Amino acid sequence: MAKLDKTRIKELEEIARKVRIHVVKSTHAAGSGHPGGSLSATDIITTLYFEIMKHRPDEPGWKDRDRFVLSKGHGAPALYGVLAESGYFPVEEMMTLRKLGSRLQGHPDMLKVPGIDASTGSLGQGLSIACGMALAAKIDRELHMIYAILGDGEVQSGQIWEAAMFASHHKLDNMIVFLDRNQLQIDGSTEDVLSIEPIVSKWRAFGWHTQEINGHDIGEIAEAVGRAKDIDGKPSVIIAHTIKGKGVTFMEGSLAFHGKAADDEQLEIALKELGGA
Amino acid sequence: MWEMAKQRDAYGLTLVELGRERDNIVAIGADLCGSCKIKQFGGEFPERFFNAGIAEQNMMGIAAGLAMSGKTVFASTFAVFATGRAYDQIRQSIAYPRANVKIVSTHAGITVGGDGASHQMLEDIALMRVLPNMKVIAPADYNETIKATRAIADYTGPVYLRLGRSSIPIITKEDDEFRMGKASLLKDGDDVTLIGTGIMVSRCLKAAKILEKKHGIDARVINMSTIKPLDEDIIVESARKTGGVVTAEEHVVSQGMGSGISQVLSENYHVPMKRVGVANTFGESGGSEELMDKYGLTADHIVESAHDVIKRK
Repeated sequence: MAKLDKTRIKELEEIARKVRIHVVKSTHAAGSGHPGGSLSATDIITTLYFEIMKHRPDEPGWKDRDRFVLSKGHGAPALYGVLAESGYFPVEEMMTLRKLGSRLQGHPDMLKVPGIDASTGSLGQGLSIACGMALAAKIDRELHMIYAILGDGEVQSGQIWEAAMFASHHKLDNMIVFLDRNQLQIDGSTEDVLSIEPIVSKWRAFGWHTQEINGHDIGEIAEAVGRAKDIDGKPSVIIAHTIKGKGVTFMEGSLAFHGKAADDEQLEIALKELGGA
Repeated sequence: MWEMAKQRDAYGLTLVELGRERDNIVAIGADLCGSCKIKQFGGEFPERFFNAGIAEQNMMGIAAGLAMSGKTVFASTFAVFATGRAYDQIRQSIAYPRANVKIVSTHAGITVGGDGASHQMLEDIALMRVLPNMKVIAPADYNETIKATRAIADYTGPVYLRLGRSSIPIITKEDDEFRMGKASLLKDGDDVTLIGTGIMVSRCLKAAKILEKKHGIDARVINMSTIKPLDEDIIVESARKTGGVVTAEEHVVSQGMGSGISQVLSENYHVPMKRVGVANTFGESGGSEELMDKYGLTADHIVESAHDVIKRK
């Protein structure tokens, strides 16, 4: 994959900025949600949907589309924001997040929201689903790719490593997985709660191609995917170093905003910083 | 005497036939593929067969992902691991998104025998019937297993199909009709209704014979092969006709088929009722028949319960 030029990166950063505004506003309107982990994954999801993935917002069920599994389902507001900006549903619908009767459930529901490929929310399960999708593509000799984002706390779950073992055994090189390494989970630092380090060598030991990038650098994200696509015979993981709450200073690196929305005053500050109303 | 055969043999053969007929059928197992009889499918269709290893949670997630990509997936292992070990995966990744996954378990119930309580699954009907979107089926014999396997392949959505380990009597005919959600009347009668599921259906028939010959009691016998959704019409009709119901299942009595039937009756038509099944206990090692006897699952236990119900009419 060719390097993205500066203009394109600027465009993608602008979309990511809008998505961040959706995340902050929709969780504020809901009075709950997970802004921190949504904002840490925003640049990755934006780059995937606006630069990398083949997909058709006017034909969500298109058979040859690339698939995306948000294994860390609590990052849903970021995914919804990206889908809305892509045109899967009206941007105004973002404000219905978590409200009764809304399609935008607290965690992604594939039966309700056009563009969602897998229902997730119970952590640890998305990588297995992605493996199943990758196997199906192999069986059918289809060339679409499967992308997934895992949370870093999530890899404490044993099922992740069952799936990791399975993916390399079956040489699922049509699968590219991001690990959103924002360092924090709800009870504290991942290293305090249950250390996941050395995380890169763990994936390597499970037979995966590994890369480490800055998960907020859109150019790096796109290049890492390009390299991962060139790898034959093994699945790829991209350890994306990120900042929880990225883009809103008082949320950055803050445990408090893992599972809490901004209040009225905080919303105003956040929006000012993001340059949006 | 009835001819004997294993349900899991019927499943394995039917799965191979389905594989020949439809190229979107995929099978996955968890290191018990030989015991679950899906190995033959793997031999014939290696590209559509996967062994997840001893990792049932991952197996269910992979099954879900395959289904989300348009496959009809059969996921098989022992009932204890299929339902208990992977409950959350079934709930979140299969039932909630209505993934087209058929969880076909074998070695359900106490007749597993020597392996003991760790492998004798007596709570799986409860776990699966409570899940929204899930259908639950326990065929009565070899022939019905063939038809049930075909029926769930035709149906789009999650299903739990419960099979045993042992050879059991063949009590249905090859040309009997099987419909998901429809029970079948095996013998009409006026005095009491015996409703069995799975391995217990043949024991209900045997009990009906004993009741007729020894006690002059005319029992109606129903095969409730679909546990969810229950065939409410036949339950209520039978209760009206006979005035008393006995249920029989190789499962703990709490939250099994009998509980479901008691719920139907309590909301629609009250009659005396008795549930034959395992009390609130785990099993133990032993011979299948010894265990069925010790844990209250023989035809005689059904007969005894029928008397109890008739007395209370």
